[in-house]
Amino acid sequence: MKIAVSSTGPSVDAACDERFGRCACFVIAESDGTVLGSVDNPNATQGHGAGIQAARLVADLGVSVVLTGRCGPNASDTLAAAGVSVVVGCTGTVGEALASYSAERGPSG
Amino acid sequence: MRIGIASGKGGTGKTTVATNLARTAVRRGRRVAYLDCDVEEPNGQIYLRPEIAWRRPVTLPVPVVDPGRCDGCGACGEICRFSAIVCVAGKVLVFPRLCHSCGGCSRVCPVDAIGEDLREVGVVSGGQEGKLAYRQGLLNVGEAMSPPLIRAVRAVEPVADLVVVDAPPGTSCAAVEALRGCDRVLLVTEPTPFARHDLELALDTVAQLGIPAEVVVNRAGRDGARTLALCERYGVEIVAELPDRRSIAEASSRGELAVEIDPEFEEWFQRLLAHLEDRR
Ligand code: SF4
Ligand code: SF4
Repeated sequence: MKIAVSSTGPSVDAACDERFGRCACFVIAESDGTVLGSVDNPNATQGHGAGIQAARLVADLGVSVVLTGRCGPNASDTLAAAGVSVVVGCTGTVGEALASYSAERGPSG
Repeated sequence: MRIGIASGKGGTGKTTVATNLARTAVRRGRRVAYLDCDVEEPNGQIYLRPEIAWRRPVTLPVPVVDPGRCDGCGACGEICRFSAIVCVAGKVLVFPRLCHSCGGCSRVCPVDAIGEDLREVGVVSGGQEGKLAYRQGLLNVGEAMSPPLIRAVRAVEPVADLVVVDAPPGTSCAAVEALRGCDRVLLVTEPTPFARHDLELALDTVAQLGIPAEVVVNRAGRDGARTLALCERYGVEIVAELPDRRSIAEASSRGELAVEIDPEFEEWFQRLLAHLEDRR
């Protein structure tokens, strides 16, 4: 299962970007914490609809879960339509967000 | 003659100038049309008190997708510049509030899966008060698509000696839409640093539109020299300076016009009207 974390930079040591649609990039990881890579978010500087396009981007990558700070209604609707679940309120580094997500889900995740 | 009344920012007294000018022209025997294009807050009617005779909803076409026909190719989402339609996981989502009704998505759909629905963005209404014909647009709450509504107000402009267009504040597409086709623009400002900054943006906008502009300074008093310097730099004249009077503010809060209660204001607005008519 793939996880996307909205991030200010491409590594697990980067701080989470609290914005979903306008984050600098997404760090993609497996649910066991293995980092698969990162993708820049080309929608960061877009006017309207950045969240919608960012949602489409992660959905097209086959992501199942998004970890982010906050996520607007249009982006949420798009993610929901694609069957991607969202966890908001993430803080700290990307690594910390991934760790606390798997801790909450328990060892089975 | 069509006069646009605009301001770089809200709250400078744009509607005060527009309504007093309209009332003055009516009192001088002109047939006046007042188009309230400040569609987020059309309050010209508070002061002009027309009897509203008709209302008509303004709708915009938005796409609806037939999921039975759609094959999830994504072409619609690729063409839309506003992310108002998007294809994810083989499903198509429409965000009607973002849609600019360009029709691009239905043109590119290879299987003709996109039809059209009508979405109401606001209401245009109209009425009369003596020799004054009043038209206004009122944008639905939370709605962003004001330019089409402003076009709808402009489209029902009655024949008149003087058309007063109360434009939305600022320099957005909505303001441009309201000012397009005006013979002259009056920019209403105040002698404060913030208002001056916004006036400069508004002066740039009307210069780009190629519409001759003049400035009315409201609540004139201290700090007027800088506004004057700015206008001189743009080669734009200050055609009226209205003082800040408590009696006028109080009258305004009761929905009364300055020209109805203060002979001095009446005289200034008569002069402004004569000046505008001279320039024709
Ligand atoms: S009509 Fe134009 S703006 Fe509206 S969804 Fe289709 S392509 Fe986008
Ligand atoms: S273009 Fe037509 S067929 Fe393709 S995804 Fe959009 S609605 Fe479906």
